[in-house]
Amino acid sequence: MKSKKLSRSGLLLTITVGLFLLMYISGMLIFSDKGFAKPQMFLNLFISNAGLIVISCGLTLVMITGGIDISVGSVTALVCTVSAFMMENMGLSAVTALIASLIIGLLFGLVQGYLVSYLEIQPFIITLAGMFFARGMTAVVSTEMISIKNELFLKWAKAKIVLPFGYTNNKGVYIESYIYPTVIVALLTVVLVALMLKYTRFGRSLYAIGGNAQSAVMMGLNVRRDKFRAYVLDGFLTGLGGFLFCLNSCAGFVEQAKGLEMDAISAAVIGGTLLTGGVGGVVGTLFGVLIKGTIASLITTQGTLSSWWVRIALSALLCFFIVLQAVIGSVSAKKHGARLA
Amino acid sequence: MKQKSFSWQRLVHARLFMPLVCLAVVLLANVIRTPDFFKISINNGVLYGYLIDIINRSSELVILAVGMTLATAASGGQDISVGAVMAVSAAICCQLLSGGEVSVTSLAAPIVLAALAGVLAAGLCGAFNGFLVAKLHIQPMVATLILYTAGRGIAQLVTRGQITYVRVDAYKVLGGYIGSCPIPTPVFVALIVVIIMAVILKKTALGLYLESVGNNGKASRLVGLNSALICFMAYVICSILAGIAGLVASSRIYSADANNIGLNLEMDAILAVALGGNNLGGGSFNLTGSIIGAYTIQALTTTLYAMKVSADQLPVYKAIVIVIIVILQSPVFRSLIAGMKRKRAVTVDEK
Repeated sequence: MKSKKLSRSGLLLTITVGLFLLMYISGMLIFSDKGFAKPQMFLNLFISNAGLIVISCGLTLVMITGGIDISVGSVTALVCTVSAFMMENMGLSAVTALIASLIIGLLFGLVQGYLVSYLEIQPFIITLAGMFFARGMTAVVSTEMISIKNELFLKWAKAKIVLPFGYTNNKGVYIESYIYPTVIVALLTVVLVALMLKYTRFGRSLYAIGGNAQSAVMMGLNVRRDKFRAYVLDGFLTGLGGFLFCLNSCAGFVEQAKGLEMDAISAAVIGGTLLTGGVGGVVGTLFGVLIKGTIASLITTQGTLSSWWVRIALSALLCFFIVLQAVIGSVSAKKHGARLA
Repeated sequence: MKQKSFSWQRLVHARLFMPLVCLAVVLLANVIRTPDFFKISINNGVLYGYLIDIINRSSELVILAVGMTLATAASGGQDISVGAVMAVSAAICCQLLSGGEVSVTSLAAPIVLAALAGVLAAGLCGAFNGFLVAKLHIQPMVATLILYTAGRGIAQLVTRGQITYVRVDAYKVLGGYIGSCPIPTPVFVALIVVIIMAVILKKTALGLYLESVGNNGKASRLVGLNSALICFMAYVICSILAGIAGLVASSRIYSADANNIGLNLEMDAILAVALGGNNLGGGSFNLTGSIIGAYTIQALTTTLYAMKVSADQLPVYKAIVIVIIVILQSPVFRSLIAGMKRKRAVTVDEK
């Protein structure tokens, strides 16, 4: 049963990677004159989505247990605004802001996790309340947009890490490729979470809980504790991702990161994580984020379409993958049933 | 003495007790703060006062709460796309009325036709949600999350990213006043919707079916109910009602503001359902409770506005209220309290 499920997630992952390559290569062919084929364009996908990658990793953990967290977008806005407020209006250092961001994320994780796992309240209702709470708190902190001018913060944000490859433009000038430190943090997070899911007790028990919580209890797993930990970790990663998001935007305001929860959920689902839990992984999620980034840059490069199309295209894609999951699920259930008969 | 405490207990455990107490508390708080809270006067031939304002403003919420109650009962989940669906319906109606112009003073299409088109569009949104929930068995909130984010985008595309104004007196009727009637029209709209839904639920078996499907979809299927169809219908009704609410909201400001019509209203609707004593996990429902809940929420909103809380900060208070309600509703918390009571009883006995 286990190997079967893993092969199902393998199939979904293959579809996702294939889709990403297809989209990116067709983008390169269509918009080759607008610089879509340059290596920096590919790296920009990571630069502009570093925060989203980390947040989606956290969300994937929760979704593997069969839960969900729709507060991530609002918590990101709260983290950005609090960081900006602390650095600009209170004169605190960037390190304090970073610590505060992580603590905010952890607090959300702790409260939401406790209510979901120990009081057994539907995760949707709780995180919906969390979403509105965080958005409202953002307005309490500051109703105006705060742009960040803190020196250390900007140093972190603009520290270019030059890569050993590049390209020569039509004037014969060599242009080097670069990334920001945020990308390294994001990729490190993906690797660490992937390893944790694969090789630790905690990681494996998340899959067991999502597959069937009742059997997990019978197997002797501490379902409530592990679920709680998944939400806490998710909260922490949201805090970290929110700070990375802030490093990219260098500002904090009420309407920031609106709809980010949708991007993160889409990324996880497109990456092969089942909404019902028990199947999925963060490598798929990474590709989900890259697909979202590709859609966004295709639409910006095209130039005439409104930015609303990004969200509509992503929603359509999410819808397609949900249907795909349902179809694959029912086919494999039928096969399983036939074998039993 | 014993008789008295018995009836007191029965009163406390009545389904409508909690919602009514909440409403009373909010109103009382208002009376203490502003003594002339209940005063209703007539200005320019229309009724005027705090109370009228609350009843008027809560019309959309009442309509939404009715739909949300049905969707919650049938699926055990909530439809979080209602706010966006309101925007879609308003956008389509206004765009048809204006014929594509940004601001018009004459109509390009009959109002009835445009309103029907708006409601029909909302119904389509509901069919989409219902298909995902009932046929593909996707958790209701994930399914409706798709329209929650995409809906306003669609509305923006319909209005081409602008706010479409319909400056025609006939269009302002729905959100204003009919002729010289002193009571605002939205109140009537809400009343008509509630009466129609109540009659449908009372006179047909739909209400019973919804509860049955919500309690146990599989068992309902086995006794011969078409569970999927009933769940599907609940979502279509919910969205159609959201469409009607969208028209009222758009008529109030005689325009289609895709970004702001119905903003954060899904939260209020869910809150109204929870406050009305309905179980958010589905099953049996109480329409009256939800309606009282809706008026309570609007009274709370008006009170908070009067206390100089900005619209952006409002969700903080509502989120806290909803968390408290769901904690009180949760079975684990209830058994915890019951256990504590039993323990206390045992220690008293030992003494």
